[in-house]
Amino acid sequence: MMTKDTSMKKHMGMRAANAISNTVIHIVLAVIAVIWLLPFVFIVLQSFRVENTWQVGYVIPKQWGFANYKNLLYDATKGWFGTPFAKWYLNTFITALVTAVLQTVFVLCMSYTLSRFRFKMRKALMQFMLILGMFPGMLTMIILYRVLKDLGLTQENAVPGLILVYVASSGMGYYVSKGFFDTIPKSLDEAARIDGANRAQVLWKIILPLAKPIVIYTVLTAFMAPWGDFVFARYISFGSQAGMNVAVGMWNWLQLDQIGQKYTMFCAGGVVVAIPVVILFLCLQRYYVEGVTGGAVKG
Amino acid sequence: MRHYSDLEYLQLSKGRKFGYRLASFFTGIPKAIWGFIKKIGLWFKNAGLAIGREAKDIVTTFRDGDWKTKLSYLVMGFGCLARGQILRGILFLLFELVFIFYMVFWGAHWLSLLPSLGHIGPHEEYNAVLDSYTTTYGDNSFKILLYGVLTIFFIIAFIYTWRVNVRQNKIAEGILKSGKKLKSGRDDLRSLVDDQFHKTLLALPTLGILVFTVLPIVFMILVAFTNYDGAHDGYISNLFSWVGLENFNTMLSWTGGGGVNYAATFGEILGWTLIWAFFATFTNYFLGMLVAMAINKKGIRLKKMWRTILVMTIAIPQFISLLYVSKLFAKNGIVNGILLDLGWIRQAIDFWGTTNHNGLLPRVMVILINIWIGIPYLMLIATGILMNIPADLYESAKIDGASGWKQYTKITLPYMLFITGPYLLTSFTGNMNNFNVIYLLTGGGPTNAAASGAAGSVGYTDLLITWLFKITQGAESKYYLASVVGILVFIVIAVISLIVYNVLPSVKNEEDFQ
Repeated sequence: MMTKDTSMKKHMGMRAANAISNTVIHIVLAVIAVIWLLPFVFIVLQSFRVENTWQVGYVIPKQWGFANYKNLLYDATKGWFGTPFAKWYLNTFITALVTAVLQTVFVLCMSYTLSRFRFKMRKALMQFMLILGMFPGMLTMIILYRVLKDLGLTQENAVPGLILVYVASSGMGYYVSKGFFDTIPKSLDEAARIDGANRAQVLWKIILPLAKPIVIYTVLTAFMAPWGDFVFARYISFGSQAGMNVAVGMWNWLQLDQIGQKYTMFCAGGVVVAIPVVILFLCLQRYYVEGVTGGAVKG
Repeated sequence: MRHYSDLEYLQLSKGRKFGYRLASFFTGIPKAIWGFIKKIGLWFKNAGLAIGREAKDIVTTFRDGDWKTKLSYLVMGFGCLARGQILRGILFLLFELVFIFYMVFWGAHWLSLLPSLGHIGPHEEYNAVLDSYTTTYGDNSFKILLYGVLTIFFIIAFIYTWRVNVRQNKIAEGILKSGKKLKSGRDDLRSLVDDQFHKTLLALPTLGILVFTVLPIVFMILVAFTNYDGAHDGYISNLFSWVGLENFNTMLSWTGGGGVNYAATFGEILGWTLIWAFFATFTNYFLGMLVAMAINKKGIRLKKMWRTILVMTIAIPQFISLLYVSKLFAKNGIVNGILLDLGWIRQAIDFWGTTNHNGLLPRVMVILINIWIGIPYLMLIATGILMNIPADLYESAKIDGASGWKQYTKITLPYMLFITGPYLLTSFTGNMNNFNVIYLLTGGGPTNAAASGAAGSVGYTDLLITWLFKITQGAESKYYLASVVGILVFIVIAVISLIVYNVLPSVKNEEDFQ
């Protein structure tokens, strides 16, 4: 048996150890926060550097100014918003917007069906999609590029082509939202069916209102993906400035032949691209977290 | 190897438990592969039996059916029309007419050219108007292959529809015989939003997958058996044709590709791809879990702030952060600049091996930067799961005097592994195909001199997927090789998934809460 005295001591010792470990954790977290934020602080600082346009080994600008931002959007002959960057930005925005809407419809159709209906080919369909997913998607790009080119949907018309590519196969990404639909009790459907609703009405009036978090999650991820897509966008725009998205255009800025003139503009462009996406994301963060954690648990 | 029963297993020492699990994992592999082969055999057997049943049913339906049914074998939908199911009948008939029309005017042409992929390539032809020879283009191998595959798809769809048409007749006869009424066109339309609603919902997504994923994949698999490349693009430069297994021979033999040792190159890239996928998956997994646990720990303040800082970095499009970080560590980048200013180093560090062509440092760098990219996601996922672990498990562990480490290895880790097992697998295969991180950070570089002869300028940090992409670039663009690489990537991923699916559950169950 422990005496009261020693147990008190032990308790005190534990508390002290706990306090120390908490302090250490706080320090570690602070270091982590700095490491994770520092590159973004650098990029903002460098976007205001106007004394030269190339890459340098220091962080704090010697001369501050908005010239990089102005150069992004102002063209000497075409005026405001006449620059390639403005065009890329618009391209990406349109792609993201349309993709977000259509992809959500596709994904929800697929996931809802696989979650709620039991039909003959259901298992086979799911296995088939699993196997299809093991093929590197990039391989399909070679043929899709040539087919879209025949249809006139590449180069300067890349935006509709890109939307088509993003949306058409998006049904394969049904996992996360199927997991969510699985958690909505089936008794709700059955009750509505008994009351005389048909299956379409069940979906519209019962399930969709309940599925708001997963709808927002799907829209959000579908909207964010085109901002970062590089390889498909590069394939389909194929060297045409008018058809590029921000990722492809700004990637070119950092290649050997352009980095001397465009490095600080890349930083400014990065800020301009990131800000709206980050704000949107932080507003809808709750839904994103729900989707990601739910999806991982369901696998 | 000796097999232990559950009770014996529990009595083993810790080290032997681990050894046993490891051994049973590897001894399980042949069994898993054998099981898979048996499964395939069974699948073919079942498929054969099903086709036999269908054929028999088609024959008996014809024998027992009335004249309406019999005529439907030739004129699709006739039975439906004759029995008053106008809508169905028209759809069947329309499909048949479209099919015949397509086959006569286009399909037969493409199919007949499919075995040769075209006879007449681009050639010089005398032009009387210009009085000179001009280039005239002949067949288009690319289109022949594409439309050939499409035609085969169409024929399969037709056979399936024809079969449905035959079955419809049999069902309709049965319903009429039992004195019930057939479904009208209006009933059919109504069922599309009710008991056939799944077909309505699935129509567009599956059509999209069929046209934009299945068709291209079939096409690209076939390309692996041709010589389709920049010099044989099928129309402008030259026709391409079937070459059999030659490309696989090139890729997998030591001297196959005109003296280039593709097997060694492929082996090296595959090795690095697997190493990369392993580290990228597990470093993120454990460090992300650690960060999540640190933030969740009792007594840590500003939880929301720490989380928001990390989550915010998810929102920034990856191409910005990756490209920027890649320039941050360039020889004339900020990191070197600061280190030089501080006097910690005398010479700029060549993080990306651009001048010394050493692969080790760049490889370590991409793994480290991937941790920077990946931890926020894993932190989110782990937070969600950790919060779901019943608190009383920890309470009782504490009462039993378990240390923090013990709680972690006995409660937290098994719980996490159990729940995220499938996620780990998808994230492993996802990392094998993680194009963005590698391509935007290093572009696959630095150049690997040992593989200089191979297509696509191979670098030390190249994954199979970035190599595949590089092969398709430029004037040479050996699409057939890219296609072979793609097929091999598929095989590797499929084998890993199969082994994990078949072997892991047994291992995992043992790790359940005992």
